[in-house]
Amino acid sequence: MKNNKTFQFLLIGAALIALPLILQIFGNAWVRIADMALLYILLAIGLNIVVGYAGLLDLGYVAFFAVGAYMYGLLSSPHLTNTFEWIAAAFPAGMHMPIWLIVPVGAALAGLFGMLLGAPTLKLRGDYLAIVTLGFGEIIRVFMNNLDHPVNITNGPKGLDQIDPISIFGLNLGKKLVIGDFEIASVSLYYYLFLSLVLVAILISHRLEISRIGRAWMAIREDEIAAKAMGLNTRNLKLLAFGMGATFGGVSGAMFAGFQGFISPESFSLMESVMIVAMVVLGGLGYLPGVILGAILLSALPEVLRYVAGPLQELTGGRLDASIMRQLLVALAMIVIMLMRPRGLWPSPEHGKSLKTK
Amino acid sequence: MDVFFQQVINGLVMGSMYALVALGYTMVYGIINLINFAHGEVLMVGALTSWTAIGMMRDAMPGAPGWVILILATLIACVVAVVLNFSIEKIAYRPLRNSPKLAPLITAIGMSILLQTLAMIIWKPNYKAYPTLLSSTPINMGGVVITPTQIMILGVTAVSLAVLMWLVNYTRLGRAMRATAENPRVAGLMGVKPDMVISATFVIGAILAAIAGVMYASNYGTAQHAMGFLPGLKAFTAAVFGGIGNLSGAVIGGILLGLIEAIGSGYIGQLTGGVLGSHYTDIFAFIVLIIVLTLRPSGLMGERVADRA
Repeated sequence: MKNNKTFQFLLIGAALIALPLILQIFGNAWVRIADMALLYILLAIGLNIVVGYAGLLDLGYVAFFAVGAYMYGLLSSPHLTNTFEWIAAAFPAGMHMPIWLIVPVGAALAGLFGMLLGAPTLKLRGDYLAIVTLGFGEIIRVFMNNLDHPVNITNGPKGLDQIDPISIFGLNLGKKLVIGDFEIASVSLYYYLFLSLVLVAILISHRLEISRIGRAWMAIREDEIAAKAMGLNTRNLKLLAFGMGATFGGVSGAMFAGFQGFISPESFSLMESVMIVAMVVLGGLGYLPGVILGAILLSALPEVLRYVAGPLQELTGGRLDASIMRQLLVALAMIVIMLMRPRGLWPSPEHGKSLKTK
Repeated sequence: MDVFFQQVINGLVMGSMYALVALGYTMVYGIINLINFAHGEVLMVGALTSWTAIGMMRDAMPGAPGWVILILATLIACVVAVVLNFSIEKIAYRPLRNSPKLAPLITAIGMSILLQTLAMIIWKPNYKAYPTLLSSTPINMGGVVITPTQIMILGVTAVSLAVLMWLVNYTRLGRAMRATAENPRVAGLMGVKPDMVISATFVIGAILAAIAGVMYASNYGTAQHAMGFLPGLKAFTAAVFGGIGNLSGAVIGGILLGLIEAIGSGYIGQLTGGVLGSHYTDIFAFIVLIIVLTLRPSGLMGERVADRA
């Protein structure tokens, strides 16, 4: 029995490692889809801490993603040195901060923003919280769009470009790696980086879930007053949930910026927040396998369909182009899946029951 | 000082439109505790339907005066919006009435995206010039300028609000609605059909949203498939601001929000020495909201309800 499980584990592991190498044969675009799916999984796992475990509906999650992305973008692109002379003087070789500095700083900053947002909103009931977080997301986006004057910090709607690719241990992920006569494309290298991050995130999230903190969050989710009566410090716990979730968002944002090489406020619209919430809820609130399934479905499936949608576009005379098809399908999926399975595609089996004693 | 009064008028005009849309949110929330995310899209469908209707009527009867066409177009928009909102509730919200709370919220968001996409397919994504049907010569009142369209908006809003207040406070349906909002189960025992009341709420909300949509498009002179999003969001903010579930709260919240936005964007450049410009208008709403909710979490006129998710 145990052997069987180990075998399954190894098989899945091998499949995950081989996946980009196989996809690579069909073209890098397919690996890119897998990369984006992994990033979304990372975001969904982060949001799941806030929405799934602690039961706080956050509709502005993309703001933390944006904070991480802009942090990376500013610290490793020529934008700051081009704009400010004193920075150019301090960094004559250009601004190329190592990832080991940017990611912790970005994550910490996003976490701080999460706490900042959490602090005034903790008293609010669910729906008020939703709208305040939504507003916060919009505020961040408006600032990104307009902070190009009087002092050009974010470069406004034009966004930041020429962002350095991520490099780890001297390995530049922006270039393809050649081992002997075997080539691993840059997108596949990113795939491995994101995959390992997702694995770490799953580990952290799972350990949190079964920890004292995780159980406290779930108690708050089920009944806040009862949780308080049990002596839980609900304020600090909620703040912690916000901060933790935001940290995940910040890390994925930094990854996104390095991966794309270009960021603009457009990537951080309310629609993105909504998509991430939809992933978490569609998959199965508070249950990691469900959340991962939801993220894969909503991020990868429409992209795959984009390649299949070509013939359909010809049929309808170009009215239904790929991006419209994608939106249509996402919207329909959200409605139909919720109507058929209101608790998500793969809901937590323990929902509503007490934990079994081992 | 002229600037101030001008901004007050602009704010009132914007605010009255927010108020109409906010009423739709707040009524639905009061009865079934759902944030109807698709409500802004009803406004958009209303505006675009009236745009099509105006185009067709101008071809069919070239001599008709502008205000007749506008009234007819508004009526058509109302009918379409009513059918739409009624079906949305029936298809997407009714089956989920007893599901976990987030489920209908997700279908609502899905509906919103679906309607926007469908509108984009039907009406194409370009901005459409919305014809000016009323006289476009502004009326000058001692330095403060107001257009006939803006006067119409204020008038129509006042009338709609009066009708709504009469409906809610003095009719059988209104009593049933208030009873259902108070306690659906007891209302049901007293012979109120909750499903009927909920449908009626969506119908009334749709009419108000369609009217607001036509006015919004006439005020700005454009209509487009994404136009419902921002007013929808702000109207929802207004509803929360006033205390969600509370009708007069929604009206006051809407008008206050309009005023704050207009006055804020009129003076922000001056106050900050040109550092922050009027593109920050859109965040006023949210900053005000966050401040109000921090100080008074149940909104301006909301009752203090016991915490129970």
